[in-house]
Amino acid sequence: MRGAGAGREAERVSKAVLHLGEGTEPGFLREVEQEAGTKVSLCYQCGKCAASCPVSFVMDLEPYQVMRLVQLGARDEVLRSRTIWLCASCTACSERCPREVDVAAAMDALRVLARRAGYRPAEGQIALFHGLFLDSVRDTGRVHELGLMVRYKLKTGDLFSDLDVGLPMMRHGKLKPVPHRIRGTEQMRVLFWRVRARETAAVHQSTGAARESEAAAGGRPEKGGEGR
Amino acid sequence: MKYAYFPGCSLSGTAREYDRSTRAVARALGLDLEEIPDWSCCGATSAHATDKLLSLALPARSLARADRMGLDVVAPCAACFNRLRTTVHAVRSDARVADEIREVLGEEYGARSQVYALPDVIVNRYGLDNIAPRLKKSLGGMKVACYYGCLLVRPSAITAFDDPEDPQTLDRLVRALGGEPVVWPAKTECCGASLSITRTRVVWQLAAQILTAAQKAGAEAIVVACPFCQSNLDMRQVQAQKWSGRRWNIPVYYFTQLLGVALGLSPGELGLESHFVDPLGVLRQKALV
Repeated sequence: MRGAGAGREAERVSKAVLHLGEGTEPGFLREVEQEAGTKVSLCYQCGKCAASCPVSFVMDLEPYQVMRLVQLGARDEVLRSRTIWLCASCTACSERCPREVDVAAAMDALRVLARRAGYRPAEGQIALFHGLFLDSVRDTGRVHELGLMVRYKLKTGDLFSDLDVGLPMMRHGKLKPVPHRIRGTEQMRVLFWRVRARETAAVHQSTGAARESEAAAGGRPEKGGEGR
Repeated sequence: MKYAYFPGCSLSGTAREYDRSTRAVARALGLDLEEIPDWSCCGATSAHATDKLLSLALPARSLARADRMGLDVVAPCAACFNRLRTTVHAVRSDARVADEIREVLGEEYGARSQVYALPDVIVNRYGLDNIAPRLKKSLGGMKVACYYGCLLVRPSAITAFDDPEDPQTLDRLVRALGGEPVVWPAKTECCGASLSITRTRVVWQLAAQILTAAQKAGAEAIVVACPFCQSNLDMRQVQAQKWSGRRWNIPVYYFTQLLGVALGLSPGELGLESHFVDPLGVLRQKALV
């Protein structure tokens, strides 16, 4: 699984390196560092993050490759990648980085920026799950596991996987049929609304930057997709 | 000793036996847990993958209630602990972020209450010296792989109670209960919790690696302090066996369940009936039930 994929990815990375200036955006590094609150520029690609990463075997770019592409301003390459969605947020990379780059925080920031720039997530199901999870929190104040599972399954059409574990869980009363609704649902609704309003302001602010990058890249990112 | 109790969403559903065993053990130890009134979801892990401010404001709502109770918080779920403590850290260290959080929250929040992980509270703060005189049974040399996973001990700048690479809190507890913690390499590996629903095969593979490591170290049981670790290693163990053709058959206990058994509580009080891999076989061998 790894061999051919790794070869292709190495080619993609070197292409991005060779075509510096073409489709790259110098301001991207600053944007990521600001959103993530960590100095991605300190990364010297030692690969310790990749060696520590439990899910690098399914990633299209290794974490240090993502860091390098961010340094090079390869916005499109990074925001289209599967890696930013597959990161499991275990923070082994951040803990072990000899340059003290918070790689996991950078991955979070890249997900946020991808959404903000209107990219369709390369791992649509993962983004869909996050969206439905937060919908559940916004509406009732707590995650209703059974409701979340059913909604996710209806959206993906994958109705029957996990029945082997779902049914015994029901029997043991581990999947509550009715959601608990907190008293503070109104506060919750307003909280989500205020966060979203700020995010919308951020989108407007970054549209200028996105337009510049589009012009430089000679195309526009795919719009649409699910979730917030 | 009294704490504000933040159970978190999983503990009223898929991990209800963690809630039940936590409350039973706390009662037996005389540790006072007062549930935070009208607490809400911490947002892990979807909120921080979506919006940084949201990921801090969601925990802040419950933490503001803990501030008003005037109590430090204890969270049994490693993911909740991690997000709650991250929020306290953010509010205490960055005034601008603190203002933003208060603004979207629409209420006062000063991060006065600190947040602690349940194993830290029981083993390090309540203390093994206080537990020892209350023990009624010994684990009889049971070989136990203590699995900490990621969110309980990382990032260590936030979690700050144990070594991020070779943590010892649960190992010390198991030893005090008469068990033998095994030395094994997968203690702080990630089980892939956030991908459990969306990329289940990845989780099978990660669970297979962790379970195989425990088996090779001679573990008769695995002990955890996180609802996602438990469900991925117990519930998904059955699936991963079918998928990989390997066989482990290792029971996965919450640390509160093993502690509860040693304190003389019954399997029913500890919610031991709802596991996928038989949890009673090993306990019977050691004449614990």
